[in-house]
Amino acid sequence: MPPISHGFHGRRTDAGERDRVPPGQYVTHDFPVLSAGPTPHTPLESWTFQIRGEIDQPKSWTWEELTALPSDRVTVDIHCVTKWTKLDTVWRGVSLDTLLDGVDTSAEYVLAFSDGGYTTNLPLADIRDGKAWVAYEFGEEPLEPEHGGPARLLVPHLYFWKSAKWVRGIELRANDEPGFWEMYGYNNYGDPWKEQRYAGD
Amino acid sequence: MIELDGNAIGGELYDVFGMDMTGVMGVCTYCGAHAPVAEAVVYMRGPGTVARCRACHELHMVLVTIRDVTCVDISGLAALEMQ
Repeated sequence: MPPISHGFHGRRTDAGERDRVPPGQYVTHDFPVLSAGPTPHTPLESWTFQIRGEIDQPKSWTWEELTALPSDRVTVDIHCVTKWTKLDTVWRGVSLDTLLDGVDTSAEYVLAFSDGGYTTNLPLADIRDGKAWVAYEFGEEPLEPEHGGPARLLVPHLYFWKSAKWVRGIELRANDEPGFWEMYGYNNYGDPWKEQRYAGD
Repeated sequence: MIELDGNAIGGELYDVFGMDMTGVMGVCTYCGAHAPVAEAVVYMRGPGTVARCRACHELHMVLVTIRDVTCVDISGLAALEMQ
């Protein structure tokens, strides 16, 4: 009699990976496309990234200027509030530290704004100190429009709705203004490790 | 497919309004276009569901279900003309 086969196990999340998956999430290997509107196609010639609001002199970069800035290649895990987690995603982008360098502001919050009207709010501290990027490459390729290209915010320590697709800038604010999903009852902060999906979590 | 039409939320709207809404005429707050709810452009693969005007792409409805309670924002519709 042949030894009993242990059969096929499929693809399991190993113990090392399990520690990287926040509560209530599952690991996906594809990259789901989520959107609240049509995919904008802003020509790069007219694209800019702006910092405005509580700042003496608003700052603005053209596409050429932004992509000429020093960039980081980052490998991070991303967590969507719709419960998928994708491990080891590879991005290239400009750190918000670079963009905010020399910016003197009393603001404590930012509202990121995007083509198509999407917004999301974050504490300013959460996009500083190497925690956030304006990302324009995914997996060594230009970021595809359906995933937020030409550029999206990348704030991997928060649920991914905070990583605004098609981002065009941030508004520095003294007060905290809820963004699009936050206004409809999603959590104001969105820490996946505390499972802060909805207001009150 | 990312973009669906209003028929995709027919069931969800039935649960909220207690009637079939897909044939109801909606009037866009932004551009004034008249169209049946079934003709809206619907995005369901997000934290919530969004229905937009097929003419001007502005928001008609946002449906969000949180802890089994569904909230519907229809401020993008100036009117829903029920026969």
